[in-house]
Amino acid sequence: MAYMLEIHNLHKTFNKGTINEKIALNGVNLQLNPGDFVTIIGGNGAGKSTTLNAIAGVWPIDLGSIIIDGTDITNLPEHKRAAYLGRVFQDPMTGTAATMSIEENLAIAARRGERRGARWGITKKERKDYKELLSELNLGLEERLTSKVGLLSGGQRQAITLLMAALKEPKLLLLDEHTAALDPKTAARVLEISDQIIGEHHLTAMMVTHNMKDAITHGNRLIMMHEGRIIYDVEGEAKKKLKVADLLKKFEEASGGEFANDRMMLAN
Amino acid sequence: MTAYLAALDPAKLIGALPGNVAQGLIWGVMALGVYITFRILDFPDLTVDGTLAMGGAVAVMMIQKGMHPALVLIFATAAGMLGGLATGILHTVLGIPGILASILTQISLYSVNLRIMGKANQSIAIGQKGLVASIRFVSADDSYLFFLKLIVICLALVAVVYWMFGTEIGSAIRATGCNEQMARAQGINTNVIKVIALMISNGLVGLSGGIYAQYQGSADVNSGRGAIVIGLAAVIISEVIFGKLCAGRKIAFAYTLAAVFVGAILYYITYAFVLWLKMPSEYMKLFSAIVVAVFLAIPYLKEKYTVRLRRGNYGLYVRNPQSP
Repeated sequence: MAYMLEIHNLHKTFNKGTINEKIALNGVNLQLNPGDFVTIIGGNGAGKSTTLNAIAGVWPIDLGSIIIDGTDITNLPEHKRAAYLGRVFQDPMTGTAATMSIEENLAIAARRGERRGARWGITKKERKDYKELLSELNLGLEERLTSKVGLLSGGQRQAITLLMAALKEPKLLLLDEHTAALDPKTAARVLEISDQIIGEHHLTAMMVTHNMKDAITHGNRLIMMHEGRIIYDVEGEAKKKLKVADLLKKFEEASGGEFANDRMMLAN
Repeated sequence: MTAYLAALDPAKLIGALPGNVAQGLIWGVMALGVYITFRILDFPDLTVDGTLAMGGAVAVMMIQKGMHPALVLIFATAAGMLGGLATGILHTVLGIPGILASILTQISLYSVNLRIMGKANQSIAIGQKGLVASIRFVSADDSYLFFLKLIVICLALVAVVYWMFGTEIGSAIRATGCNEQMARAQGINTNVIKVIALMISNGLVGLSGGIYAQYQGSADVNSGRGAIVIGLAAVIISEVIFGKLCAGRKIAFAYTLAAVFVGAILYYITYAFVLWLKMPSEYMKLFSAIVVAVFLAIPYLKEKYTVRLRRGNYGLYVRNPQSP
């Protein structure tokens, strides 16, 4: 079977040649099958978000290649890669345009990967479709299509960003700690919505998280990163049986006995 | 004091009113351009000072060559768009910060405008026919026709801009101005979008310069100096006065755009009022800057003040509960 995502030997160093030089990715290799939902954990600076940003094309990589569904996207600019990707960010402010209405944000996402022209930015039919989509979220947003997104709560904004990411059925959904800025209850609801959307559209997804429990309970595969490399990769039944304690032990082994950072401990 | 008050002639103030309105409507076209960059694209574009003068220079030179004054405005608009294109390329292709890129264009347009006109000032022949606007029309017997024409032009521009920002490209411009990261994640080429917005904006500014040169009967290489401040003043006055009125309406955006013209008219009426109070005319640029500074500062200070009220004493001096 063809892979949905292939990453070969990814390298990225920030601030090369300066005192702040930081090797962020040090030979990342990863293959995802269609429909894989992989959770990514690791300490601060392990390269989790950096991997997602490398795939999204936020900056050029130093070495390696990124192939999505057979298309080499390594040299494509960020806005062209967007045709293949859905992205949700840690900061709820990042994924939406605050001064535009809910429906306008969705309409922009509905044209991802398409040529934008002089046609009207949103059609009557779209409005109807969006209303239906929003009602599935059960957040009451279907009555607020013309409200500015800036007026919504962080959780509501993340839910809309998720909807936007899935609107064009991306080849790959990138969730970058997208519940980290939310309160526990809202975070749980947003994770639920993520599962729902990934399941409905059979999306291939990568989710970075600091919460080990979430990493275990969501998705069919889990990878742990450390110092710019993948040090642990588990899927299927073996993943289901994982305990937080197992992950902590793995992490200690990798970091040479050093304890997991506070946030990971708290997630226990 | 009595002598000063006696010297103020109310009839003179009222007599100046139609001229202020005409000037406000013409500069409102420029303010509309400023609104696009300053408010929608969130780009501090100082190109305006150069493109306004360029629109005037192109218009006057082509009228002198015998082209019809209405047709000339197409070229004035195109000239402005080229100015916007230059700033856009400096910013997106060459990576120069926006404000500096626009200053570079503005300063180079000074030379370009001198080259276009051959000297610092060029006039339109007194008997020129077919002018779109002229000071003479303001005091003519059928001046209402002139104002009607100006208002129709302005409303048509509002309609065009309203339509533009409702299209897919217009939505992309708004998204880029609001959140570039989101725009790119949704597949918008933010560099191209910025260039397009700068061109639309400076096209309007060039058009305004072309009409204003006809109104004045001449083009001057310095006519754009400080134009950005007047444009900002119009935008900000319109927001402070009409912001709440426009919000929440069905076509709120169209009202907001139209309000920019009213803002420009109010600016010129205030301007005339201050002149009428016998303020020396050399202070007028200072006056314009102060108006803009005050109106920009109001929302900021209001916010700061209310936040402090809400926080009470807890803002800076939070007591550590653990300390004795």
